[in-house]
Amino acid sequence: MSIFINKDTRIITQGITGKTGQFHTEKCIEYANGKNCFVAGVNPKKAGEKIFDVPIFASVKEAKAQTGATVSVIYVPPAGAADAIWEACEADLDLAICITEGIPVRDMLVVRNKMKAKEAAGGKKTLLLGPNCPGLITPDEVKIGIMPGHIHRKGRIGVVSRSGTLTYEAVAQLTEIGLGQSSAVGIGGDPINGLKHIDVMKAFNDDPDTDAVIMIGEIGGPDEAEAAQWCKTNMKKPIVGFIAGVTAPAGKRMGHAGALISGGADTADAKLAIMEECGFTVTRNPSEMGKLLKGLLK
Amino acid sequence: MKIHEYQGKEILKKFGVTVPRGIPCFSVDEAVKAAETLGGKVWVVKAQIHAGGRGKGGGVKVAKSMDEVRAYAGQILGMQLVTHQTGPAGQKVRRLLVEEGADIKKEYYVAALTDRASQKVAMMASSEGGMDIEEVAHKMPEKIIKVFVDPATGLTDAQAKQLADGIGVPAGSQAQAIDTFKKLYTCYMDTDASLAEINPMILEGNGNIKALDAKFNFDSNALYRHPEIVAYRDLDEEDADEIEASKFDLAYISLDGNIGCLVNGAGLAMATMDTIKLFGAEPANFLDVGGGATTEKVTEAFKIMLKNPKVKGILVNIFGGIMKCDTIATGVVTAARETHLSVPLVVRMKGTNEDLGKKILAESGLPIISADSMAEAATKIVAAVK
Repeated sequence: MSIFINKDTRIITQGITGKTGQFHTEKCIEYANGKNCFVAGVNPKKAGEKIFDVPIFASVKEAKAQTGATVSVIYVPPAGAADAIWEACEADLDLAICITEGIPVRDMLVVRNKMKAKEAAGGKKTLLLGPNCPGLITPDEVKIGIMPGHIHRKGRIGVVSRSGTLTYEAVAQLTEIGLGQSSAVGIGGDPINGLKHIDVMKAFNDDPDTDAVIMIGEIGGPDEAEAAQWCKTNMKKPIVGFIAGVTAPAGKRMGHAGALISGGADTADAKLAIMEECGFTVTRNPSEMGKLLKGLLK
Repeated sequence: MKIHEYQGKEILKKFGVTVPRGIPCFSVDEAVKAAETLGGKVWVVKAQIHAGGRGKGGGVKVAKSMDEVRAYAGQILGMQLVTHQTGPAGQKVRRLLVEEGADIKKEYYVAALTDRASQKVAMMASSEGGMDIEEVAHKMPEKIIKVFVDPATGLTDAQAKQLADGIGVPAGSQAQAIDTFKKLYTCYMDTDASLAEINPMILEGNGNIKALDAKFNFDSNALYRHPEIVAYRDLDEEDADEIEASKFDLAYISLDGNIGCLVNGAGLAMATMDTIKLFGAEPANFLDVGGGATTEKVTEAFKIMLKNPKVKGILVNIFGGIMKCDTIATGVVTAARETHLSVPLVVRMKGTNEDLGKKILAESGLPIISADSMAEAATKIVAAVK
């Protein structure tokens, strides 16, 4: 098993005809079972056409109705990305994965509150991963997003991180020492996002095919601390934790929109301390995440 | 993106918030003329820099005569204003705001910002205006009143009243305070701000509510739809190297150490900085070349790092995903040649076409030190600069 996606997941690509969407859709189709998984694209102006043999529909709703897809991946440019997320929700998909970087925070605030209002009114809950994230992968089954497929191996370790390349770093370390991954999830670097560390940790905890997890965070925001508190009482599996940005100055945005220290509680040191207190095996040396995790396995 | 106080007040005024009459000035003569135009007997001469804490640093003076206006303007213009936010070098004052004096009966604090945990807009108010809000949060957290606003409904009357009651606005001024809070919220949303702060918001002797200061920060992702705010940008207030880097779509932040680092991805870039520190040195910068680095971008990144005279060595850490290691290697070799690189360079490459990349570096004839892991790379660059 795995979390959120597997070889039977059927996926719609929103923004499939753009340059980024095309490039990554082709890579995703080439990976493992991708050819069967990526069943639809959306572009109202090109409905009826095909790209990489994938039919294009006018809307997410129509793509879902015609193909039975339950997940979408979004490469739509920033100005239209929040609307694309909402379209996926209105179509009652299970999961929308938004890769797009640079969406205005206000747009995300509006769409997140709309999503929550829909759920509160009894509507179907659509999970959101991202935005500004690399996506997620279940090795040897399906890859949805922009991560390099070849560094992954099928296995029993979960990886979750806000940062793309830092996720790859952890995955490569695991693969190098012979540990495969059940799923690797990038939740994205934006301040207003969908799934958080805590949600992914819960999923890994419930997944019988995940034995241990590497959780990677960074400066800014309360999410890692919240996840750590949850893990303290609920997590049944060993966790290695790392927080990037011990050397980051306060008040400066470090690349990611969400990587900004704005108080005393969201520094790397504060988060590392909470994680350690909550039973994580934390490290300040990101080169030893894989090795440390191996030491925790029985 | 940050703006000056006088620009923030222009925005507040546009949204109907009452602000003191004031005129921005670029010279002493202009300041005197501004005071004459404003009339009255008391004026406030305020340094305009992007950092906070200006009053404590000597950047805000109350003048009671034209001679004092002239004297204070002369003192403040051109000074290196040091505040807790500028760092020890301070920030040169190039602009002034001359304002009419205000009859301050009570100072409050009010701000709008995005709350990550609730994914709503937090409106915060406090009876302890004029103070550093972080200090209030630390010492008297009960003095900060917060409401969380759903963008679908906006700040409701009940929420605005809760703020006004919470900070003890007298009955006669409540309607004005509530109106100010609602306008501040609208302003925050409409301008795509990430912070809109009025500290202090004052109660005047006559019961009127006024914004005596204005601090804004804007979401850079949304600037494309606000040309009127982009026009407020003051490049003198920004780090010259960071501006140069942004032209090439590089995320760059200068730091105090001596090891330059060039990395792809924000998280990995921070992790690389941390590793440098862990192995005994300090990073000179944060630099994320992003996902689509070209030879040109890498060369520009090298030039920007090397402009910093403190840089004694460079560490390149690339995880090749979509970006291939051989592309980066070619970029690094070109950049090293073009910049006549004279400081030690350690390159760590991992991922797609790693072997090809390493081969290009090895065959370049340049004294590039290769490393397999971040830890090894940091150890080697720290040793090389000692």
